[in-house]
This record gives sequence, structure tokens and C-alpha cells, in this order.
Amino acid sequence: MSAAAFNTFLDNKHRLSWWELTPFLVLAILPFVARDYLPLATQIIIYIIFTLSLDLLVGYAGIVTLGHAVFFGIGAYTAGIISVRGGWGEGLSGLLISATISGAAGVLFGSVVLRTARFTLLMLTLSAVFLANEIANKASWITGGVDGLSGIDIWPLFGIFAFDMFGITGFIYALAALLVVWIFMRWLVHSPFGQSIAAIRDNRSRAAAIGIAVLPRLVVVYGISCAIAGFAGALQTQVIQFVGLKAASFELSADVLIMLAIGGAGRIYGAFLGPVIYLAAQDYFAKDDPVLWQLWLGLIVMAVATFARGGLMALLRRTAASSAK
Amino acid sequence: MYQSRLTRRSITKALFATPMILSSRIALAADPVKVGLIFTTSGPFASSGDLMAKAAALFMKHKAPALLSGQKIEIIQRDDGGPNPEVAKRLVQELIVRDRVQFIGGIQWTPNAFAIGPLLTQSKTPCVLMNAGTSSIVRSSPFFARTSHTIWQSCYPLGQWAARNKIGKAYTLVTDFAGGHDAETGFTKGFTEAGGSVVAAVRMPIQNPNFAPLLQRVRDTKPDALFVFHPGGTQTAAFIKTYAEIGLANDGIRLIGPGDLTSDEELPSVGPIAKGIITAHHYSVAGDRPANKEFLALWHQEYGASLRPNYMSVGVWDGMRVIATTIAANKGNGDPDAAMETIKKYRDDNSPRGPISIDPQTRDIVQNEYIREVRIVNGEPYNVELETIPAVKDPWKSFNPA
Amino acid sequence: MQLTVNIGFQALAYASVLYLMAVGLSVTLGLMGFINLAHSVFAMTGGYLAAIACGNYGFPWYAALVAAPVFVGLIAAGIERALYARLYGRDELDQVLFCIGFIFITGALARMAFGPLQRPIALPNELATTISAASFTFSTYKIFVIAIGALTALVVLFSLERTRFGSMVRAAVENRGMAESVGLRTTLIFTCTFAIGGALAAIGGIIGADLFPINPSYAFDTLVYVQIVVAVAGLGTLRGSFISALMIGLIQTVSGYFFPEYGTILLFLAIFLFLFLRPQGLFGRPGVN
Repeated sequence: MSAAAFNTFLDNKHRLSWWELTPFLVLAILPFVARDYLPLATQIIIYIIFTLSLDLLVGYAGIVTLGHAVFFGIGAYTAGIISVRGGWGEGLSGLLISATISGAAGVLFGSVVLRTARFTLLMLTLSAVFLANEIANKASWITGGVDGLSGIDIWPLFGIFAFDMFGITGFIYALAALLVVWIFMRWLVHSPFGQSIAAIRDNRSRAAAIGIAVLPRLVVVYGISCAIAGFAGALQTQVIQFVGLKAASFELSADVLIMLAIGGAGRIYGAFLGPVIYLAAQDYFAKDDPVLWQLWLGLIVMAVATFARGGLMALLRRTAASSAK
Repeated sequence: MYQSRLTRRSITKALFATPMILSSRIALAADPVKVGLIFTTSGPFASSGDLMAKAAALFMKHKAPALLSGQKIEIIQRDDGGPNPEVAKRLVQELIVRDRVQFIGGIQWTPNAFAIGPLLTQSKTPCVLMNAGTSSIVRSSPFFARTSHTIWQSCYPLGQWAARNKIGKAYTLVTDFAGGHDAETGFTKGFTEAGGSVVAAVRMPIQNPNFAPLLQRVRDTKPDALFVFHPGGTQTAAFIKTYAEIGLANDGIRLIGPGDLTSDEELPSVGPIAKGIITAHHYSVAGDRPANKEFLALWHQEYGASLRPNYMSVGVWDGMRVIATTIAANKGNGDPDAAMETIKKYRDDNSPRGPISIDPQTRDIVQNEYIREVRIVNGEPYNVELETIPAVKDPWKSFNPA
Repeated sequence: MQLTVNIGFQALAYASVLYLMAVGLSVTLGLMGFINLAHSVFAMTGGYLAAIACGNYGFPWYAALVAAPVFVGLIAAGIERALYARLYGRDELDQVLFCIGFIFITGALARMAFGPLQRPIALPNELATTISAASFTFSTYKIFVIAIGALTALVVLFSLERTRFGSMVRAAVENRGMAESVGLRTTLIFTCTFAIGGALAAIGGIIGADLFPINPSYAFDTLVYVQIVVAVAGLGTLRGSFISALMIGLIQTVSGYFFPEYGTILLFLAIFLFLFLRPQGLFGRPGVN
């Protein structure tokens, strides 16, 4: 490939394509066409942010973790505790504090576990999520235990927009949060740092050989991912004004992994598609027969793992590529 | 701690939110009145939710048409999957906002009940609690009423009974959540007031696959009786088996507790080792009264001779009756305050469990409590009612005035 | 003294069940490098088969204990060939997802076929008794469980050390490429060991039904316990799982006796610290991951 062609390739790789904005266009018109579904849409947005954080680890850094819910939980409970035990109900600062604490915990945890790999790493993250769940359960004087934390009161945004059960304020709040996270993620993965992370994923020893400091970079990306996960958790707490044990559960870790797999890891928009498909399908199918839903979900997940690697995004890419020929 | 905070903000929210919801809920004469029911029909605790859902269906089939005389109801049933407060909250929110239900019913779990309180208050939706038993729940929203039971209702009289019946030292073992704490404090208060002493109070986590070391420790402490609270379901059978295996009965350590311990549907699989367990509760399938015979006849005709209903089924049966009579009385007009007024005056002398009523002050259930013993009748274990304590109001509320 | 004996006895019984449920997994992991989070599905299948056979059809318990694992072994072999084999060598995300999907499917099928209620397995009368010796009371059933566990451990050890098949397995674990080049049919070895592991798990599911009740969410409920047995034992070891099961059984029992309020916090904390300080497990070789 000539130098000029390579430059064009690089430009195209990092340039913003028009279709990348479609999720936001769709979400923007939602309040006007489907008001009753705003709470569901807000939940989807929260999970998109959470899945994006997992994508950073699984898709871009190649670290498979069963314990990411720990950090969602740390963010969620921090936001709840600040409000209920601390009496502080300002939304944006609550989000930032929770994300920071979650990120710091991530850096700590990551520097411990990222020295191991594969099965041991998986087991460490698995033990971590069960441990976190038990601690949240036991420390009920601060976390509310099984009953969860109620009475979370987030002050109206800018003094005007109150959170209510119809969810309009919550929806716009979450949408703005998603926009910020998306801009940040996009910048990060297209940056030299992001590219080096992908290099580490593709071939760790080769990356080390060309001078990339593998472990420190992995710890940094782990910390960032945990901060975003905590951000998502705090967002959920503030919007639904409740936090319970599910926020730090193995079940949640498995769910978000499934969402990412269905959408496709390693391509930011997989993290958009996954939660949309999963939550919309769950909303539609699980109501009448939750058991049948579980069966179908299992079949889809097994099928994706066995045949459709890369999830929906890869499928779309393959169809786009074959039709472009 | 669980009181809803009536701040200026929340009142403003309620004022603006309610007219929108209410106007959409006022049913036109021909529209069915929508009722949302939340049961746990999936996950590890699905067995109890299944019994509750079956009771609701049975009621709708046999009793509802006569009570409603033409007014149509539409039941929308949802599954909360267990003690999942955030799921319950989302389901109720959708039922209110999307499906525009006039009533919420069901709710098996205390945490779920607390989580939905603010939604009920904000949207002014009456909710009939058909199982959750923590005393303070009905105070967390003025739109809660309860047809099930409170844990104090059974544990406090049991404590008094125990002290009067040769049990001097008791060891309490409860699951570590609000319901378990209620059981522990209720029993301890009744027991110590009547002269007993509690030698140890242990709380165990809800997910506990390994009862053996816990019970070994009880054996080593040598109390006269072991008081246990476990929220029902499949683990209680495992617990009783371990109790027998560790040899506590042989040591003369009696097993007592609220009726959740010997839930009717689990007794057959526990078998004869349950003989002699003393419990206090408001319903047993062995209860000898005509209304119960009729209920059991309908149940077995529909669901087979081998499946037993339990106290949760009766909680739903009576709860559905409350909703149906309220809708009929107010002709489905969707007025939540009128509905709550009707509910507060509810009385039924012919429930399968005996006479019941709703206390207008507290919106909580008033009913008989029975001291029962597990006995083998016709080869099967049953909770045979020995003593009746009539018209028990929730004791916790009298010790903790609002 | 009394306390130590009692705790030791309970821990041994718990450990025996865990061992049976996990031993197949440690072989599978060491042999195929496949992270099988769904291993407990075979224990569940064995448990359900026994529960239905004994409960609904009056099959004798001892017969079920022998027959059900054979069935499960055959089923496991079939599933290995049809499904698992496609994912060997694939990255962990695919393997983890595959297992989660498999657990969902089997859980849903179990729920649809058998309902949400837990299925007890009625024990034969001679086992549902207690034996009193000195001042101790032991459940006959738990003695039986410990006996089965110990017997299985001995048989497994013996087979690995003294039989031809055992040495083939050890060779394939040590170095698959080398084993193939001296003529071992590793795919067949894989299928056989997978089937045997499944059968052993089925035994564990049946005799452990009191400890881990048979219900549709069995595979999820027991997942973490089975996996940490293998993680603590280490990879590439075929013998370490009994010791690791003992360790975990002991921690569970001791913390259940002295610190019941803390539930499994102490267990997971201990496991976490252990894996951090010794990622290769008790007997694993460093670098085999």
C-alpha cells in the first residue's frame, strides 16, 4: 500500500461517519413519539453506558471479566449513600464523585488482578462480585442490605427540572450523560493510547517488544472502564431513586456480558445495539412468559458464541462489505 | 426510617403528576378496570409465587363474577423474580404509567414493597399487600392496605405462649433482613415479657446452603427451644431435615416459629420428622371451618389433589376479594381516595382463615392467630390448630405509635 | 474436642459433594483448556433424573445412584461432540458466553419440564438414620457421602496412576501435540474424560441434593462453588481437587459455626486472597493459564 493510500486509510478509520449519529437522532425524537416508554429507554441508555465501559475492557483490551458489576455497584451505592446518608442531592456532582471512587477502586483492583490472566483472572473477578454482593448485603446499616436504599432524593436539575415518575427529566439527563461518555469513548479508542491498548489485545508480547508498557496501560484502561461503569451505576441510582443488591450481582455481570456479545465487542456501536435488543426483547417477551424468554436468550447467546462471533455489528459489517463489492 | 419524606418538592411533584394519571384512569362505563398483580413466578422462590398466582386465578374464575356483577376487570400479572426492589419498582411504574392500572396487588417481598411506596403515593394508586409481612410497610405510603399478615402478629403471641409453656430459655435464629428482624424482636418481646430469657440471637444470610454448622452451634448451647424464622419456600424443608439430622429433637430442644416454618405446601415433602413442631399463624389447610372447606374443594378441583395451597394463597384470595368488592362498591370510577375509604371499612367473617377485617387506623389486617402443632393425620403431616387468639391487631404498631 | 470432630465431619461431607461435582471440571479444564462454567448442569441432570425416577416411578435409590450417572455420562459425551468441541481453542469470551447460554437453556427446560419447586430425593430408610458413638451423633447418610467421596478420589487417583487410560490422559494434559504425535487419539480421550467428569458430577448432584437442592436454577446457584474448587486446586493438576474441596468445605463449615452472620464473606475473601497470592492454585504449574 502506498504512503498516500495508507494515510487515507488512517483518516477513514478515525473519521466520524454519518451513521454514527443515528442512535442520538433516534433517542432525541423518542419523547415525542413514545412517551410511555421513556423509563424503558432511560434504562436502555444506562445499560448502554455500562456496556460501553465493558467494551473497553473486553472488546478493546481483551480482558474478560465476570465482575464488572462490582464497579457499577460501587458507583450506584456511592450515589445512593451520598444522598441518603449524606443528605447531598446535587445530581452532577454526585455522578462525578461516584465515578471517581469507582475508578479509583478499579485502579486498585486492576493493579492486583491484571497480573494474572484467563482462568485465574476470571475466577478472581467472579469471587470479587460475590464478595461485593455479600458485603453490600451484610453492611445493611449503610447499604440497606436486601431491602435496598430508598429515600434517595435528587434535587431538581438547575433548580427547575424535577425527577418524577414519568421520566422525562431522567431521560434527558441520561441522554446527555450518554453523549458525554460517547464523545469520550470515541476520542479514547481513536487516540494513540487507545490504539496501543488494541495492540496489547492483539498480541501482548509483540506490544511489549515494541516498548509499550503493558501492565500500566492495562491498569489505566481498567480504571477508566470502572469509572464509566460507576458513572452508569450512579446514573441509574439517581434516575430511579433506588439502589439494591442487584447493582452488584453476578447476574448483572452476566447480563451486561451478554448484551455486549449480542451487539458485538470491540466496535463501540455494538454496545449500543446490544442493550437495545436485549432490553426491548425482554420487555416484550419476558412479561408473559419469563421462562420462555430465558430459553430463547440462552439459545441466542449460545448461537452468537458458536457461530456469530462479533455479534450484530460483525454481521452488519459483513453484509455491508459483501454488498459493497 | 422508611417513612416517605413529605417535602415541599415531593408534594409539588405529586400535585402535578396525579391529575394526569387520574384523568387517564377514570374508566368509561364499558372499559375494564385494570388491576396489576406482582408475583414471583421465576427464580429460586418461584414456588410460593406460583401458589399466589394460582389463588388469584381461582378467585377470578369462581368468586369475582358474582361480586363484580357486570363490571369487568382486566388482570395484568407481572413477575418480579424474587426480592428485587428495582425490578418491582420498574414493573409498578410501567403498570401505572403505561397500563394505567387502578389497583396494584400481590407483592410477596418486603424490600419490593418499600421500593414501590413512593410510586404509589405519587400516583395515588391503592395497593393491597397480599404477602409481605414487615409491620412498618403500611406506614410508608397512605395507599397501602394489607390482607396477608404481619410477622409480629404471629411471633409476639408465640413468644408469650412459649414462656407460659415450659420454655424458659430460647435461642433465636432468623434470616438477616427486615422480616427476620421483625420476627426476632417480636418473639423476644413477647417471650421476655412473659418471663422467658433468650440465650442467643443469631442472624443467618438468606442464601444459606449449609445449615449444619448453625444448628450444631444451637445444640452446643442447649436451649429449651429454638425459635426460627425463615421466609418460606424450598429451603425450610432442608432446614427441618438438618434439625432432625443434627439430633436437636433428641436433646429435647423444641423447634418453634411462625407458620412460615411449616408452610402447608412444603410439609408433605418434609414428612414425619416435622411432627411436634409448634407454630403460630393465621391459616392452616387443616383449619376446621366451612369457608376453608369450600376454598380447599375449589382449589383441589382446579389444581389437583396433591398440591396444597398455603397462607400466601389465602392472602391473595382475601386480597382479591378486597379489590373486587372495592371496585364493585365504587363502580370502577377510579377515585383512589374513595377506594381507600372503602378498603378501610373491609370486613369478612367468612374467610378461609376465620373472621378478618382491615383496621381503619393502620390499614393493616386484623385476624385470628392460631397456635398449631404438626401432627400426622391420615398419614400426612398437617398444622393442627390447638388454640385460638382472636382478633389480633399488629402488636408492633401498638408499641410504636406513628 | 467434640467441636472439632463435629466440624470436621460436616466439612468432610460438604467437601465430598463439592469434590464429586468439581473433579470432572478440573480434568476438562486441564485437558482441553476449556472454561466450562456450565459443568454443574450435569450434576443437575443427574439430580433430576434420580428425583424423577425415585419420586415418580419408585425406582430404588441405589439403582438410581448407579444408573443416572451412566445416562448423564452418555448425554455429556453427546453434548461434547455436538457443541463443546466447536469451541475448543476459541477465546474465553466465546467460551464463557457459550456456557452462560447453556445454563440458561437447561435452566429454562428444567423449569418447563419439572416446575419451579425444588425436587427432594427420598433417601432409603436405612440411610435416613443417625449413629451415636460416645457422645457424638452422626448422620448415617453423611457417612455414606464421605465414603463415596473418598472412594471416588481413590478410584480417580488409581486410574490416573495405574491404568493405561489414565496415563493417556496425563500425557494429553502434559503435552497434547506430543501425545498426538505418538499416536494417541486425543479427541477420543477428551470425549471420554468429559463423559466421566459429567457422570461424577451427576453422582455429586444426587448425593448432595440435601446440600444443594435440585431446582431449575441449580447450575447458577452452584457455579461459583464448583469453579473456585478448581481455581484453588490449580490448573494442570488432576489430583489437587480433593484437597481444595476439603479446604473450601472447612472454611464454609468453620465460618458457618463461628461467624454465621457473615455468610460467605469469609469464604470469598479467603479465596480472593489465596488466588491473588498464589494464582496457579495449590498444585498448578505457574504459567499454565
